[in-house]
Amino acid sequence: MADVEIQNVSKSFGSICAVNDVSMTIADGDFVVLLGPTGAGKTTTLRLISGLEKPDHGDILIGGVEVTRSIPAARDVAMVFQQYSLYPHMTVRENLSFPLRSPLLKTPPDVIEDKVGKIAEILQISHKLDNRTTELSGGEMQRVSIGRALVRDPAIYLMDEPLSSLDAKLRADLRVELKRIQSQIGATLLYVTHDQIEAMTMANRIGVLEEGRLVQVGSPRAIYEDPISLYVGGRLGLPRINAVPADLFAGAPDGAAVMGLRPEHIEQNPDGKDARVLRLEHLGDQTQLHLEIAGHKIVTLTDIHSTFRTGDIVQIQPRHALYFDANGMRIR
Amino acid sequence: MTSVSAMEPGRGQKWLAAILVAAYALLTLLPLIWILSTGFKSPADSIAYPPKLIFEPTLEGYVNLFTTQTRQTEEYLASHPPGNWYERLVHDKGMVIAGPSRFGERFLNSVIIGFGSTFLSVFLGTLAAYAFSRYRVPLKDDLLFFILSTRMMPPIAVAIPIFLMFRAVGLSDTHAGMILLYTAVNLSLAVWLLKGFIDEIPLEYEEAALIDGYTRLQAFIKVVLPQATTGIASTAIFCLIFAWNEYAFAVLLTSGSAQTAPPFIPTIIGVGGQDWPAVAAGATLFLVPVMVFTILLRRHLLRGITFGAVRK
Repeated sequence: MADVEIQNVSKSFGSICAVNDVSMTIADGDFVVLLGPTGAGKTTTLRLISGLEKPDHGDILIGGVEVTRSIPAARDVAMVFQQYSLYPHMTVRENLSFPLRSPLLKTPPDVIEDKVGKIAEILQISHKLDNRTTELSGGEMQRVSIGRALVRDPAIYLMDEPLSSLDAKLRADLRVELKRIQSQIGATLLYVTHDQIEAMTMANRIGVLEEGRLVQVGSPRAIYEDPISLYVGGRLGLPRINAVPADLFAGAPDGAAVMGLRPEHIEQNPDGKDARVLRLEHLGDQTQLHLEIAGHKIVTLTDIHSTFRTGDIVQIQPRHALYFDANGMRIR
Repeated sequence: MTSVSAMEPGRGQKWLAAILVAAYALLTLLPLIWILSTGFKSPADSIAYPPKLIFEPTLEGYVNLFTTQTRQTEEYLASHPPGNWYERLVHDKGMVIAGPSRFGERFLNSVIIGFGSTFLSVFLGTLAAYAFSRYRVPLKDDLLFFILSTRMMPPIAVAIPIFLMFRAVGLSDTHAGMILLYTAVNLSLAVWLLKGFIDEIPLEYEEAALIDGYTRLQAFIKVVLPQATTGIASTAIFCLIFAWNEYAFAVLLTSGSAQTAPPFIPTIIGVGGQDWPAVAAGATLFLVPVMVFTILLRRHLLRGITFGAVRK
């Protein structure tokens, strides 16, 4: 395990700038999650660190050694691809031992046997070790793909939405398992996801990418509670942060154009403004309340057993709302 | 609702298809059956009219194919009784075996030149196809078209220049010359066929191998090649069939030590009258290597197609 540092790294594909002057340090033992919509540069960042892409500008250091121009094999990184590219001509066992048998590691056979067995057990695929990978279900393939990274002890693990194609239960299990493995072996991990539960529960730090730029890095709490922009605020939180004109309610600071309201910022209070109930969505563990206030739609949470009906009027009032200027930047 | 779905052909259609396929198979097999049976006929039976479907099989054609024979006097024949079955066969015609024919050598030449050029074509073709498939080659499309265009003119159009060039550099009637020539002709086909197959192999596998600690070359050998076996096997079959059957260049450029079987087999007919059974025997044996090769590689044609291991 080692520190990974990227310094002013940029990468363009044709006229599209995928990663734009990104600098960040991933400390030894850190679990960093990259957040951002499709095309924000998350995957490209992983590929730049792994060496599958070479940056146009900037430097990449792994364990203090400059590797910007090194081939992937020389960087000692493990990666889980979004397309879980298992070698189709090999069995699960051969797939898992493939990195250990590489000229880079040259692991003795008994050690390979041991490591593969352990990882297979953790990922619950022991009974499939001698199957061909083409005979596996999607979830099993994904687990083998994660296993192929975890059998190694690299400088950093890079994971590109590794849990995205698993069913809910397995995803929850593996989320806990991955976090456990990571803290147990002190692994350094850079992780790309869309899933905010993964981001919130697994990350020590979250980096938010916007059109190739790294706009904020911080703890999950800081990113959630203290976003620097409306864009960052929109990355976490379900229902998403509501953006309404700042002058909808009194008390906006100077220069504020937009008010950001998370569900916990919205208080039902008889002194508040009237809002009309559009519909109620019972999701089981939460109930989302869709409101309309002065022509603006707001989604918030309400009591799970709420009995609101469409057309009901409720009074709402903001509490500790976030304010943003016309460019979407935070005003404190 | 009928019991037959819209997609499934009906019972009658299936029978019709089966009959058509069987008829077509019979039609294509007929010349082969003819050659096979003629090889076991006596010279008299082979030219009988109407053709004999039922005949007494003999190995005379095969013996004639592999030996040269001379006619001898009654006394000589009487004083030299035949030592084994094939000598007796010849003896009964009033002949003795003078020695082996050149068929064995010519056949061996075909094997060396056919398989040699197939190996070279597939080897070079795989490397070129990989480069065209994976690397940013300048003028890639133009180069690929240029490679293909070498196939567009009839080979015989360049036969005379090649004949003169070969003579000038001493490649006439050599194994190396013929291997080189057939490789040159086959390479365009090999590159195009293999490029198609390698294009189909997702890049992710190689990227995974690179991350797993392998170099580009190691990833190529361990990950790309095993998945390209289908393409390599079918390309090899196509290349071998061409090199094996090629007649025009062979007749022009080889005459002695490097002569292949195709130009040799017709010459058998002139040795002792119209010896059709010997010609048929030669043609039959000539078919065997390509058939064996195809059957050996057949399982690779059906296997190794990479379904589903990459999420699309």
